[in-house]
Amino acid sequence: MMTLLQKPCFIQHMPLHTSISSTKMKGAVRKTWTNLLTVAQFGLKDPPYKLDALEPYISHRSLEVHWGKHHRGYLDNLNKQIEGTTLQGYTLEELIKVTYNNGNPMPAFSNAAQLILSRDLVTLLIWIHNSLLKMIWKRHKRFGTDMETQLKDWKQVWNHDFFWECMEPGGGKECTGEILEFIERDFKSYDMFLEEFKQAAATQFGSGWVWLVVKDRKLAVEKSTNAVNPLVWGHMPLLTLDVWEHSYYLDYQNRRADYISVFMDKLVSWEAVNCRLGRVKAFVNLREPAVPYT
Amino acid sequence: MSQQTFEFHWGKHHRAYVDTCNNLIKDTELENCMLEEIIKKTYNNGDPQPAFNSAAQAWNHEFFWECMKPQGGKKPKGEILELIEKDFDSYYEFLKEFKQAAATQFGSGWAWLVLKDDKLAIEKTPNALNPLVWGHVPLLTIDVWEHAYYLDYQNRRPDYISVFMNELVSWDAVTARLVKAKEASST
Repeated sequence: MMTLLQKPCFIQHMPLHTSISSTKMKGAVRKTWTNLLTVAQFGLKDPPYKLDALEPYISHRSLEVHWGKHHRGYLDNLNKQIEGTTLQGYTLEELIKVTYNNGNPMPAFSNAAQLILSRDLVTLLIWIHNSLLKMIWKRHKRFGTDMETQLKDWKQVWNHDFFWECMEPGGGKECTGEILEFIERDFKSYDMFLEEFKQAAATQFGSGWVWLVVKDRKLAVEKSTNAVNPLVWGHMPLLTLDVWEHSYYLDYQNRRADYISVFMDKLVSWEAVNCRLGRVKAFVNLREPAVPYT
Repeated sequence: MSQQTFEFHWGKHHRAYVDTCNNLIKDTELENCMLEEIIKKTYNNGDPQPAFNSAAQAWNHEFFWECMKPQGGKKPKGEILELIEKDFDSYYEFLKEFKQAAATQFGSGWAWLVLKDDKLAIEKTPNALNPLVWGHVPLLTIDVWEHAYYLDYQNRRPDYISVFMNELVSWDAVTARLVKAKEASST
């Protein structure tokens, strides 16, 4: 059983006030009548299944350690770093206000304005998210640890949240839906995509991740080292596989290739990938325009 | 460090690095070079060539096995202790710094005690990198790739590091390397 389970800090709250100080509070998510807001201090999000649900492909023990120790560890580090600082309890919108800097916007904001004009809202939000964190940690020097270390914890929290959702019990079935159409368009065939994805996962030297992303309106396979994720390049992740050794060593030891195959054959959730594709398509046109320009 | 860990670490990982390296240097100018030379050449001033990772990992692992012995660990004696106390103020300061470096090497990598400009220093490197490429003389290393400790310690890397220093490290091997390095530098 999930004795290590910590419930996420989701709570209902009153609509957001305008002043920063009155809206500061511990704990995670508040709902207004318009949208869900995210604060800077987070609880550990559960995977969308029990820790033994991916047996025999990923063992209960492996997930207990991977989610309960590694993922939790990144989150705890992050929260420690912002504890007792002015960042604690900020919502994302409040962080935006801080960096708006009372009408004298910081450099981040002029770029944000350009992004707004481009109407690429997904990219905007992701970019704001990352830029704010970078900027705010730079301003608040009392953290004492370097920005890069803090960003690693943040990225690893995000990466792991994303990774759990890439899998489902009974997953790995045939790829269907719109994602298959785009895979066949951009990789020529599913098998060619599979080969490229597996190759990237197998050849990521040391710790890292492999990704299926939307990049320049096309699908692409990318690999990244340590905690890096494609958001920092402005690419939109649809699928990831964790190839840090901790993610497969208890079950597969050195046999990373077997782990990758099992992930693709038995675990991957194409439904989750299709959902993400749907959200990306709301903001990015992945097809050629139907009406010619001239 | 369990037998199972050794079977995988030496028998699979280390072996794979050696096989890969041999395959990559076959029928090339590197084929008859010593391993240290291959590492320095393929490091290519920070733009590593394909053989670098496997060559360096082959060297690193061979070096690592020799850093340990049964009933090892504990405080060193003799010349190495003198040097540690000179360059780190005390053995405990050195121990703290070495453990810190090993624990904070993010992702895969190694922590090292090296001789650098005739002084002892602690360094940490990612992935396959080792201090030979900077011309430093490695004296001691600990492998902090997860495969080195995961079966025995899972995420508890600090425990693995402590056990390595308390129960495994071979100060005899370190001293022998120190003596060799001094002889080499005096010639």
